[in-house]
Amino acid sequence: MSILVHEKTRVLVQGITGDFGARHARLSIDYGSQVVAGVTPGKGGQTFEHNGVKVPIFNTVDEAAKQTGATVSAIFVPPPFAADAILECVEADLDLAVAITEGIPVRDMVRAKRAMLGKRTRLIGPNCPGLVTPGRGDKSHGGCRIGIAPGYIHKRGKVGVVSRSGTLTYEAVWQLTCKGHGQSTCVGIGGDPVNGTSHLDVIKLFNEDPETEAIIMIGEIGGNAEVEAARWIKEHCKKPVAGFIAGATAPAGRRMGHAGAVIGGAEDTAEAKIKIFRECGISVAETPSDMADALLRVWRG
Amino acid sequence: MNIHEYQAKQLFEKFGVAVPKGVAVSSVAEFDTAIAQLNTAGGIMVKSQIHAGGRGKGTFTNGFKGGVKFSPTKEKAIENAQAMLGNTLVTAQTGEAGRKVQTIYFTEAANLGKRPDGRDDEYYLAILLDRATSKPVIVASTEGGMEIEHVAHANPEKIFKVHVDPAVGLQAFQARQIAFSLGFTGELFKQCVALVTKLYQFYWEKDCAMVEVNPLLVTAEGKLLALDAKVSFDDNALFRHPDVVALRDLNEEDPKEIEASKFGLSYIALDGNIACLVNGAGLAMSTMDIIQHFGGSPANFLDVGGGATKDQVTAAFKIILGDSNVKGIMVNIFGGIMDCNVIATGIVEAVKETGLKLPLVVRLEGNNVEAGKATLASSGLTIVSGDTMADAAQKIVKLVNNK
Repeated sequence: MSILVHEKTRVLVQGITGDFGARHARLSIDYGSQVVAGVTPGKGGQTFEHNGVKVPIFNTVDEAAKQTGATVSAIFVPPPFAADAILECVEADLDLAVAITEGIPVRDMVRAKRAMLGKRTRLIGPNCPGLVTPGRGDKSHGGCRIGIAPGYIHKRGKVGVVSRSGTLTYEAVWQLTCKGHGQSTCVGIGGDPVNGTSHLDVIKLFNEDPETEAIIMIGEIGGNAEVEAARWIKEHCKKPVAGFIAGATAPAGRRMGHAGAVIGGAEDTAEAKIKIFRECGISVAETPSDMADALLRVWRG
Repeated sequence: MNIHEYQAKQLFEKFGVAVPKGVAVSSVAEFDTAIAQLNTAGGIMVKSQIHAGGRGKGTFTNGFKGGVKFSPTKEKAIENAQAMLGNTLVTAQTGEAGRKVQTIYFTEAANLGKRPDGRDDEYYLAILLDRATSKPVIVASTEGGMEIEHVAHANPEKIFKVHVDPAVGLQAFQARQIAFSLGFTGELFKQCVALVTKLYQFYWEKDCAMVEVNPLLVTAEGKLLALDAKVSFDDNALFRHPDVVALRDLNEEDPKEIEASKFGLSYIALDGNIACLVNGAGLAMSTMDIIQHFGGSPANFLDVGGGATKDQVTAAFKIILGDSNVKGIMVNIFGGIMDCNVIATGIVEAVKETGLKLPLVVRLEGNNVEAGKATLASSGLTIVSGDTMADAAQKIVKLVNNK
């Protein structure tokens, strides 16, 4: 198995007629993913075509899901309308909404996240690269690619990767692939202060997934999400975990006031997070070049 | 986006939050008429307006001490303001370079109330996002007028927090909880409930990232006043607040960062001597980290985003080279979807256009990387290739340190 999505997952794309959405819908089709519907309000009835694949466009998510069996949405709509797009997925009872959009106002996300409480739909992102479950074909072709990650760097295998950052995820994935180790699923949860799925949520899924044997968790300074995940790993995780925290040299926030420090607490620096990782038995990558090796120090592959 | 204290207080007044009466001016010629609008019987506060804290304890580069001064008379206020305006104020938050004071804010000095133990009757109040719960949180403390981190560390029991459910907004009982927690009774209790309610309305309606009032003051006459105000806004929400955008003061921003933003680049200057140019924020941060790990010192954070066109790379090189501390450059691009050869061509053209003489190490990875490396190698330029991030970082550190 894999987590969240697999080769047969039927995907719809919100914003498929925009430049950004169209470009990545094409790349997902090229990768062999099941892109079955597009949604652009007002363009229902039109068709999105690429390399012989015809994708019907609908006015609403609900209609697209009912008519095509899509269960997951990739959201590429512009920031002012993105929270609305997420809530439309919730209303349509999708399994998963993946919000790629960067720059959504915090207030919109605070309201959207509150409105998702108790609902069936899981959110990944926003401001994230999306997720990939690699396929079994050449250069991992035939997998499920939702978002903007390069598909070909992946390889089907046993390592689960979770990260806030896009390019840093690709770095870890590429290191694994080059060393001959494939991935079960790679999830970019996004760098925004308010996001849907946390590090811990993904770690729990990897822990339960029979295909995933080992995990790489990539974090950054700020917030306490990585610390929360690390403490859970220490108590409950059955699988070896390697971790990296970016931002050891980042300047302390250039905010005007200090209230953030009160809320963030003492555990949001790179140094503090790395210390907690070690205490929780996570193999720490000293540098970003060392992520795959850090895992291989605790997992034989 | 940050704004000045006087701008924040003007917004507070619009939302019904009481502040001391004040007038902001930006030229000496306006001092007289500004002060004439105030009741100066209790003295005047002269306040330097810069986007940084610690102003009261700051020192000007001309030797004048204090960016915030109580002035008993109009004459003294003008004297103090003349010493501040146009001069550079260095505080704990500005860095050594300091900030040039371009606006002076004159306010009526408040008559400070006293607590039974003789201390000034000052409180702390802030509203911001709590990332852990994804809800706005109101933070209050009886220990105002000092650095709140110190209170949080030494007396955590004196910090009160109330989380607001975004589905229903701030409830009356929550505003009362804050007022009770600060120990208010009677008339002051009512003032506090009203102030917290209005401040929250401001925070929410204007898409603030943070609102901080420190100190919140009780005057000798029993009035609750926001004596200082720090407000920042969510950049992502500025599109719906043109009135807030109009308050932006470009004088307070690094010209290089403004220039970078024109090209879709995210740039932050640091103190080191190895510049870096990277795609993606996480990779950019960890490129800085790995330079330091191998004994170097990063000169900047620079994220060219997902695209990295030739124009962007050229603009990035020009911005980097505008920093005279820079002794070498490391380019780190993971071209997942972008064609590495397009990036390599962009780098070669940028090097030629800027006449770069400094050591340059380029690490390219991803799509069409072999063609990209070939382009760099056949360019006739001295561009060192790094195979991995670690390899590239070690090479640039060596090149810079051996110079």
